[in-house]
Amino acid sequence: MADPNILLEARELARHYDVSRGWFGPKATVKALNGVSFTLQAGRTLAVVGESGCGKSTLARQLTLIEPPSSGSLLIEGVDAASADTATLKRLRQRVQMVFQNPFASLNPRKSIAATLDEPLLINTRLSAAERMERIEAFAAKVGLRAEHLRRYPHMFSGGQRQRVAIARAMILSPSIVVADEPVSALDVSIQAQILNLFMDLQQEFGTGYVFISHNLSVVEHVADDLMVMYLGSAVEMGDKRRIYARPLHPYTQALMSATPAIRPADRRSRIKIQGELPSPLNPPSGCAFHKRCPLAKAVCAEAAPLLRIVDGRQVACHALDGP
Amino acid sequence: MTSLLSIRNLRVQFGASGKGFPAVDGIDLELASGELLGIVGESGSGKSVTMLALMGLIDAPGRVTADELRFMGQDLLGMSPRERRRLIGKDIAMVFQDALSSLNPSYTVGFQIGEVLRAHLGLSRAAARQRTLELLQLVEIPDAASRLGAYPHELSGGMNQRVMIAMAIACKPKLLIADEPTTALDVTIQAQIMDLLLRLQREQGMSLVMITHDLGVVAEMAQRVAVMYAGQVVETAPVDRLFESPRHPYTEALLAAIPEHNKGAERLSALPGIVPGALDRPKGCLLAPRCRYVQARCQQERPMLLEGVRCFFPVPEAARHG
Repeated sequence: MADPNILLEARELARHYDVSRGWFGPKATVKALNGVSFTLQAGRTLAVVGESGCGKSTLARQLTLIEPPSSGSLLIEGVDAASADTATLKRLRQRVQMVFQNPFASLNPRKSIAATLDEPLLINTRLSAAERMERIEAFAAKVGLRAEHLRRYPHMFSGGQRQRVAIARAMILSPSIVVADEPVSALDVSIQAQILNLFMDLQQEFGTGYVFISHNLSVVEHVADDLMVMYLGSAVEMGDKRRIYARPLHPYTQALMSATPAIRPADRRSRIKIQGELPSPLNPPSGCAFHKRCPLAKAVCAEAAPLLRIVDGRQVACHALDGP
Repeated sequence: MTSLLSIRNLRVQFGASGKGFPAVDGIDLELASGELLGIVGESGSGKSVTMLALMGLIDAPGRVTADELRFMGQDLLGMSPRERRRLIGKDIAMVFQDALSSLNPSYTVGFQIGEVLRAHLGLSRAAARQRTLELLQLVEIPDAASRLGAYPHELSGGMNQRVMIAMAIACKPKLLIADEPTTALDVTIQAQIMDLLLRLQREQGMSLVMITHDLGVVAEMAQRVAVMYAGQVVETAPVDRLFESPRHPYTEALLAAIPEHNKGAERLSALPGIVPGALDRPKGCLLAPRCRYVQARCQQERPMLLEGVRCFFPVPEAARHG
């Protein structure tokens, strides 16, 4: 391992899907994830933001080793997951756990909370029943569940409590990385705050690295250390959260931030209107994927895709920053 | 401004009589002509059920009672179902959260909008088609003429929501109720739909009731806000006053829980506990088990809505947010 602090490193990670277009049509390729590179350090949170269809969830599926990438490499604690054998993959999967968006769908309704939390231990450890129970009780307490909750079933809980169970299930193997895909977007504001606090507390205690996928920019501003803004399968702006929030450079980041409703009039940014909707990933525009909606589009944007380069301490992919 | 809508002591009960559960528990609301009211609350606070009751869309076993339910001077509860149906969809229209499941998948969007025009205004097929085209252009659907023959599944979520809005404003309603109209949409599309609703509200001079759980949306759009908790309105105030100095402890806690108000803080200020369910409503104030200012009286009696606040001990001047 080069740097023990680097938990996760993605290099040009890509995932393409073949889509059938009927019996006679040629197969089409959807480039759901189109070459994304980043690193995640222990105790830090990388937030991935973007609209539906930008590849956030495809990224989560690669990171959690649910699907192999089409190309590129993924290093988890220095081990390349793309070339790993089955035994290594099984070991790596314990290190990366996931929390899903909808706690009403992600918990098995026929399993009690104790059984739900027991399953990862049963599969991945050789602990005795008593040791497992001890661990389950300890983690349930950590996420704010009481001992009597363990015998109950998911339907007896509110959304916030179910999400606590899902978090306990993800944390019980003490993973080094947790991928959370929109973990609070199904929750009410007051519950959302409780769950975000829980995420922060657990990170402080265990030094877990989080990949936090969200579309809610005010939530992201609170939890993230680093930010990656995605559009149609590629990162358009990436770097330190504070720098990007203080001065977003990519026109898409600017549009996202100005479109987010703000409570305090002082926080409202003048709205940058972007026209139209996300183009179909089956038939992406030429050049920069954003140029058809971009207020700053130039002739070059339709021809060549911009590459990420460093501007003002973060990476941005935009031709408009190249000067006139 | 004249009063367009007046609701007094509206109650909606579900379950057996006697031991039923009030989803809406004594709502009073006044809405002026041309006003833009935001209703905020968490899930289960009764904000949607209130508006469904107004639309007459609560079916048995739900029971709707009210001391007064008046729209444009007419008593909605005393009306025959036939008269009421003539009003609904014409003078009061509603836009729902999930456009795709609100539209009929088996008919083209052009047909579905035209149906409203034929039923309520008695337009001919040709006239309805012409007006439908105008409506689609009004809600900024690109290439409207070719979309008339599109089915809902061929359109994106944002486009379907525009179709729903076109359908709702087809008969120039006096009151448009939008129930979480942008919740299922991405932020950039949400901004487009919000701008559209505001423009239509201004141009057509209609009143707009915006139901949402997103405080940011309310802060940017509404003129007046009603905050709901467990089936009751706990605070109502002009939008600036509410966000600058909330008086009800629940409003205060809700505002404090938003990440936007916790910049630089390690932890969010969270409201402990959860909304009381159907069977564990406290005897006193409904917020009492979660309230940080709770006192003995709150456990025993339920406060009334006085001067826009339902609280015995409203947040005093000094403790308010600056």
